[in-house]
Amino acid sequence: MNAQAPALRDPRLNRPEPFTPGDGGLFQRDRTIHPPAYAPGYKSSVLRSPRQALLSIESSISEITGPVFGHNDLGPLDNDLIRNYAKDGDPVGERIIVHGRVLDETGRGVPNTLVEFWQANAGGRYRHKKDTYLAPIDPNFGGCGRALTDDAGYYYFRTVKPGPYPWRNFVNSWRPAHIHFSVFGSGFAQRLITQMYFEGDPLIPICPILTTIPDKAALDRLVAPLDLNASTPFDSLAYRFDIVLRGQRSTYFENRPEGN
Amino acid sequence: MPQPLNYLKETASQTAGPYVHIGLIPAMAGFDIFEKNFSNMLVTPNTQGERITLEGKVLDGTGTPLRDVLLEIWQANASGRYNHPADRSAGGLDQEFRGWGRAGSDFDSGLVTFETIKPGAITDKTGRTCAPHVNVWIVARGINIGLNTRLYFSDEETANAADPVLNLIEQPSRRKTLIATRGERAGKVVYSFTINLQGPDETVFFDV
Repeated sequence: MNAQAPALRDPRLNRPEPFTPGDGGLFQRDRTIHPPAYAPGYKSSVLRSPRQALLSIESSISEITGPVFGHNDLGPLDNDLIRNYAKDGDPVGERIIVHGRVLDETGRGVPNTLVEFWQANAGGRYRHKKDTYLAPIDPNFGGCGRALTDDAGYYYFRTVKPGPYPWRNFVNSWRPAHIHFSVFGSGFAQRLITQMYFEGDPLIPICPILTTIPDKAALDRLVAPLDLNASTPFDSLAYRFDIVLRGQRSTYFENRPEGN
Repeated sequence: MPQPLNYLKETASQTAGPYVHIGLIPAMAGFDIFEKNFSNMLVTPNTQGERITLEGKVLDGTGTPLRDVLLEIWQANASGRYNHPADRSAGGLDQEFRGWGRAGSDFDSGLVTFETIKPGAITDKTGRTCAPHVNVWIVARGINIGLNTRLYFSDEETANAADPVLNLIEQPSRRKTLIATRGERAGKVVYSFTINLQGPDETVFFDV
């Protein structure tokens, strides 16, 4: 008898499993476009950066799965920072719309994923018990919100443009205006926190945090352009910010013809 | 010139900063804004499995606890199955367990706690058995890109000894940086952990 390799069988259907490329793992993360853990120009990183090499592990089920969120997790005003903390009027500041898509490295939209955002108010002050900057709290501005992307990965929210503010790094360090973003993706190893900056801000090239990014193109991708076409006349300007999460070698819903 | 591949590049990470609570746990920042909030409580009264508290600190290079750190955990349910469509393993889904939570450290002590259940062992799609574990993601001021690590359980010695990821760690002494220690307090099971960002006991972090 000839020794033959056993055919791979789909245990649920008891027939040979069709070949599909990809094992569902995530694309290897390109660490050269991310800031290194140890970036001494950003002083807080010095004591908070691991010094051993990271241990590389291939994606297992623990990495390609992640929490699933739905509209039940959100409230109706969660993506409206102009209204979600208003007490007796609108917050002070330039009204803006921020919108864009969450994509993965293959260019596909990431649907139904949770995007969270937070920021200082128009004067550069955070509503946080530990922020003591002299600019005043805005009684009508909380400074946080969240949205689920739609089927194409699209998200949007309304807010006021945050102000720059000083911080303790060098004696006269200022953060450019920015909005923090937290994004999930479908697998926990896609989890990402980043910051969006605004086109034309002169503080961008001298920011000790932003300049931890070694790759100029990667830094530029954090700067949102003015998007006049998406603005609302006589109401709000708009900025466009697309976010790219790691791609996946994936056909884990192989019985869905469109893949995942 | 060959055809271009046209992959996009991942968006660069930036630190979560000292005020991460505003966006992710606004109650800790000192205000109430959302109707529904995410928290460190992963269980409902109907979740299946052994109730446990995960409790620990993240220490900087001087051994001082980070007091502005945020941790998220992602874990399988008591049957070893993740609540995600990509997990089609045999263990049953528990509709009362999402398997995810987040917690900020206490502003004074640096203590981080999660109320959850002990996960079951996981059978990977390749058939490997993985010891019960909790996936951990760490962000804070001074952390430029989220740190990934895992917590395993001290009372799972046999499963831990066979775990494919623990066995990738070259130095056996470093494997113990991922083991949470089982104890009891007031009749409740508490697993304690310490995450060292630097030093001779630096925790093993993963490039996942």
